[in-house]
Amino acid sequence: MEEDQVSVGEGEAARESAEQYLHRTSFERSLTGIYIVWLRDFKRFWRDTPRRLGAFVQPLVYLFLLGTGLQAAFKVFGAGNTKYVTFMFPGILGMTVLFTSVFSSISILWDRQFGFLKEILVSPVPRPSVAVGKVIGGATTAVLQGTVLLVLMFLPSIFGFHWSTLWKALALIPLMVLLALAMTSVGVAIGARLKSFEAFPILMNFFLMPLFFLSGAMFPLQGLPGWMDFLTKINPLSYGVDMLRAIALKGVNLTSSVSIASKLPAEVVAKLKADPQLMGALQKLLPKMPTVKTQIYPLWLDVAVVAGFGAVMLVIAIWEFNRQE
Amino acid sequence: MNNGAIIRTDNLVKNFGDLVAVDSVNFEVMSGEIFGFLGPNGAGKTTTMNMLSTILKPTSGTAVINGYDIVRFKNEVRESIGMVFQDPSLDDTLTAKENLEFHAVVYHIPRSERERRMKEVLDMVSLSDRADDRVETYSGGMKRRLEIARGLLHYPKVLFLDEPTIGLDPQTRNYIWEYIEDLKKREGITIFLTTHYMEEAEHCDRIAIIDVGRIIALDTPEQLKNDVGGDIIRLTTEDDDAALAELLERYPELDMINDPEYRLCFERDKGEEFVPELIREFGVKIVSINIHRPTLDDVFLKLTGKEIRDDTGDRKGSMMKLAGQMGKTGRR
Repeated sequence: MEEDQVSVGEGEAARESAEQYLHRTSFERSLTGIYIVWLRDFKRFWRDTPRRLGAFVQPLVYLFLLGTGLQAAFKVFGAGNTKYVTFMFPGILGMTVLFTSVFSSISILWDRQFGFLKEILVSPVPRPSVAVGKVIGGATTAVLQGTVLLVLMFLPSIFGFHWSTLWKALALIPLMVLLALAMTSVGVAIGARLKSFEAFPILMNFFLMPLFFLSGAMFPLQGLPGWMDFLTKINPLSYGVDMLRAIALKGVNLTSSVSIASKLPAEVVAKLKADPQLMGALQKLLPKMPTVKTQIYPLWLDVAVVAGFGAVMLVIAIWEFNRQE
Repeated sequence: MNNGAIIRTDNLVKNFGDLVAVDSVNFEVMSGEIFGFLGPNGAGKTTTMNMLSTILKPTSGTAVINGYDIVRFKNEVRESIGMVFQDPSLDDTLTAKENLEFHAVVYHIPRSERERRMKEVLDMVSLSDRADDRVETYSGGMKRRLEIARGLLHYPKVLFLDEPTIGLDPQTRNYIWEYIEDLKKREGITIFLTTHYMEEAEHCDRIAIIDVGRIIALDTPEQLKNDVGGDIIRLTTEDDDAALAELLERYPELDMINDPEYRLCFERDKGEEFVPELIREFGVKIVSINIHRPTLDDVFLKLTGKEIRDDTGDRKGSMMKLAGQMGKTGRR
């Protein structure tokens, strides 16, 4: 170290830096760097009321307007009942985390636009800390949004007010954290690269929406054509949604066929009750509802894919920040 | 105050593709001085500053700041310097204090010292009463002052100011210059600034004039002006070609300056005596005459044959006024 220093003002500078290094290790510097980058992003989010509200309202629109509509539509197409809103809930949770995470990276573009990024880049804060701080900052907002949504689980039309719902909600939080960290890493890796806002809508249409639609958030990944099935399998988000669904939909039966009893007049039903065999035969005549899988992959695989994908993205994000000029 | 060079560059080069933005620049900045980088827009001032402040990586060459090489010891350099960028770099949604807090944490200012230092720098730029207001409510001048305060918060050895007063009204501009000079006196801090305002360059202890990526002169403002020589005289006549021929015939040794706007521009000792002598028997009718002591504008003009600033309106305006006066004299 000392040898590498160039002659001007050598003694003083060397002594000072030695002192500095004694006082704070580079590990501590990294942590304080992460903390302050995170704190600032969090403050910005908290003060931006429209953003907070918007991020909360969007999932409600999907869940209740689209969800209720499709639930009714399935009743029209099929003969039975579908708890589509319940099915959709973990998907909406995934959607909220995905969109909030990826969009939070727009803060990097704002920072670039309004010059604050220069203040960060010219400072001695380690570049990896900036990337990690941004990732944790975005993930925090995403998890907060998701957690607010968890309250809706207790509605009778979704899971109902049970102890089991509470356990599910609590178990979902760490999974959301994992998913949020992975998805914000994607956002930060992209955000560090983008130089202008113009690219953002393109990113949205060509990257985010396909990612979302191919994740199984809106429909079960069953009976799909081969090409689409393939795409869902390479989509890391489908593992994220599967992970959430595995917990949220545990023990839930999503579809039920219509009872023959509801199709016949009451007195006929009363007579038929005496003959269960005939009743059963008649019931078989009605179309049967297929079973919707609540889980495609084992939970460990879901977690491993999301964590692995997130780790790769985080490394890319850090690398992008390291080479920022 | 002087204890050697605090900045020393070593053949600093920056290329952007084919464009050579900074072309092998060498200079030294002494500890405790105000050093100005003067040049037109696009001359390479900001690029040089960005390399010195480790934001841009030099294509080749390097520099040493406060004993640290800017390529190999980025972090140490970053801790040694304060930076005020040309464009705003504050977080508008945060308060002034929060902006400073961010800076304090990022520059590892101990918690116990933060409050005191924030108060100190805010007092210095007279923003203490607005410390808890969001920056978005600030005027341009206030933002600039806050940025200067922020740049000083960690007691840097060198403060970089990139066009510190650009876009500010003259009053605020003076205000900021008072701070800068006060700073130099009180803290003994080295200030490195870029500007394309001539009046501002006059405040500097030494200036480097930079054009197309190269330093073409480096000295005190006084010396640079002295180097130009006597007075700068500009003539307009009814027939500039004939006038030029006559001028060169009568004064073959005349030091013509290549001014894109005035063909008859030259430098002459004791201009106030020369002009009456010239008019007395000049064959071509003179429309206007302008004489002044050399300014840094003229230094630049003489060195490069072009104006430093994009708007030359001011000088032309004053010339017109003089032309009117001369017209009267001529008729008499």
